[in-house]
Amino acid sequence: MKIHEYQAKQLLAGYDVPVPKGKPAQSVDEAVRAGLDLGGFPVVVKAQIHAGGRGKGGGVKLAKNETELKELASQIFGMQLVTHQTGPAGQTVQRLLVEQGMKIDQEFYASILLDRAQSKDVFMVSTEGGMDIEEVAAKTPEKIVKVTIDPASGFQPHHGRQLAFALGLSGKSFKSATACFEKLYRAYREADCSLLEINPLIRSGDEIIALDAKVNFDDNALYRHPDYDALRDLAEEDPSEIEASKSNLNFIKLDGNIGCMVNGAGLAMATMDIIKLHGGEPANFLDVGGGANAQSVAAAFKIILADKNVKAVMINIFGGIVRCDRVAAGVIEAAKSEHVTVPVIVRLEGNNADVAAQMLRDSGLNLTVAGDLTDAATKACAAVKG
Amino acid sequence: MSILLNKNTKIIVQGITGSEGSFHSQQMLEYKTRVVGGVTPGKGGTMANDTVPVFNSVREAVGSTGANASIIFVPPPFAADAMLEAIDSGIELIIAITEGVPVRDMVTVKHALRGSSSRLIGPNCPGIITPGVGKMGIMPAFIHREGKCGLISRSGTLTYEAVKQLSDRGIGQSTCVGIGGDPIPGSNFLDIMILFNQDPETNAVVMIGEIGGSAEEEAAEYIKSEFKKPVVGFIAGQTAPPGRRMGHAGAIIAGGKGTAKEKVAAMERAGIHVSKSPADIGATMARVLGKVNKTDNKGHDGTHADDYQA
Repeated sequence: MKIHEYQAKQLLAGYDVPVPKGKPAQSVDEAVRAGLDLGGFPVVVKAQIHAGGRGKGGGVKLAKNETELKELASQIFGMQLVTHQTGPAGQTVQRLLVEQGMKIDQEFYASILLDRAQSKDVFMVSTEGGMDIEEVAAKTPEKIVKVTIDPASGFQPHHGRQLAFALGLSGKSFKSATACFEKLYRAYREADCSLLEINPLIRSGDEIIALDAKVNFDDNALYRHPDYDALRDLAEEDPSEIEASKSNLNFIKLDGNIGCMVNGAGLAMATMDIIKLHGGEPANFLDVGGGANAQSVAAAFKIILADKNVKAVMINIFGGIVRCDRVAAGVIEAAKSEHVTVPVIVRLEGNNADVAAQMLRDSGLNLTVAGDLTDAATKACAAVKG
Repeated sequence: MSILLNKNTKIIVQGITGSEGSFHSQQMLEYKTRVVGGVTPGKGGTMANDTVPVFNSVREAVGSTGANASIIFVPPPFAADAMLEAIDSGIELIIAITEGVPVRDMVTVKHALRGSSSRLIGPNCPGIITPGVGKMGIMPAFIHREGKCGLISRSGTLTYEAVKQLSDRGIGQSTCVGIGGDPIPGSNFLDIMILFNQDPETNAVVMIGEIGGSAEEEAAEYIKSEFKKPVVGFIAGQTAPPGRRMGHAGAIIAGGKGTAKEKVAAMERAGIHVSKSPADIGATMARVLGKVNKTDNKGHDGTHADDYQA
């Protein structure tokens, strides 16, 4: 789960991480009031969308007085912000963060994430703050310093010193940095983050401050943080994906025209792959889960067919312990209730697959039975061409 | 023989009285798996599935049944505790089926595993099956047949798909292992490939990976230098967009890493026969085995020919 910068900063402030004074706003008027409340100019107006690269896209501006603040806020609020992470359509800016302007002496980069290979956390810092870190990693990997932290023993003072030395700090700012790193790690652990990234982390005089903040949460851990519900911004999510999550379906929209309905994530990916291999383009990733009954299939049809690009649907269910004739009955019922008109290619495998195939053929609906995976993909690709 | 699960494996089911635990215990029993007990705290002294004694703790279950393996069906908030309890009780083989265990919990479990005598498979996995001997998992038993081909996968239904392709071509399986789709699995490809390498009754292995992480690459390094048997591979997610979690918590291309392209390249460098299509996994193995068997007759040592062309 992703959250906005202002929410991430509020979370970090709760762990005493130094962040600039600031206020979120959901209108231009609110933004102006928020700026005046800060008690002095300059202030920074920052577009709040879930994608990165906002500065480059024109979503972050400095205002030296009230007039400028109003001007910039109206410019950014409601704009279609395009960054390298939003795709060409961009994302509408519906929230702003107005912050006090900070004196920046140095810009750094800091992040904490999981090292899957070691099952430990890795804390990364770089002197190349404010830059695209993937570019730094590609061009000058020596400028990124990584410190591995064993969560069993936790963050120790020597980790903090190693990181602060790597940034070339000394004296009071060194102490400020080690304290800041320790708090960042605590926030990362206790809040069940899957990523905590500060870019830039700045030195302002002797103080180390998180000028930006990006936090992603581990979806599997959301159950122990019921308060995160309030942080979810549905405007940032794809409407069809929200609809799918309500029906406990795992759905990701893609650009093709062959809708996919599959049980199991691995098989769903493999189904997308085989469609592509046969010259087609998958319209989505969709895992209906183990059960695949009439309700879940109906919900899946609804979501797939809401995408007007979809010209055919390929259903690929490996029955396993669930009997195929039951799945077939569910598919037929759902195809009727959802008034499905596009060609549907159904491949059911497992117990009673023969009975299931006959039921589908006898249904009188636009259902094509496929024998195996290749047959299904070939038929689905042919259906969208013809 | 087989790996992990054999005739001496005595199994308990943690969470046996829950709906999943009870249903799959029945399926395991019907497959003649040696399920000797179950654990549900507070329900000790009762019977599950008519024949299986229930205990309050893993320690108690081990004490009275001599169990050396456990399969876990408890819900995510309690799954890590169940795994830790099994580790503390000296269970040698732990299979965690539960989907949705927080990463932070798995980091703790991984730490507990280091230096313990336990091996963990999962979580978020279909489990393992040694056809003809037993199953510790949720896979449909009927698609399997006894044989000498090992299988390891991060996926569930895609594994069934591959198994069926093998069985349809008369290629039976020694043991099939689903390691699960989470970012921190108890065991990885490498851990299991080492076991397959040592197992005299496994003569080839199917390895099914997916996008995310670098576990396939690590296993490929090992296969290149140490593995003595032919391997057929497949990577799911060749068309997956970066930055999106494809169902499995671990299936995500992050920071440009973990792409299918990189994994396929690493596998090909290791001499693994990579099937481009998920529909050709069984056929590829059939071709590879045909070739190896032929060369075996001429006294070949059974290592895979890396110049193999169909």
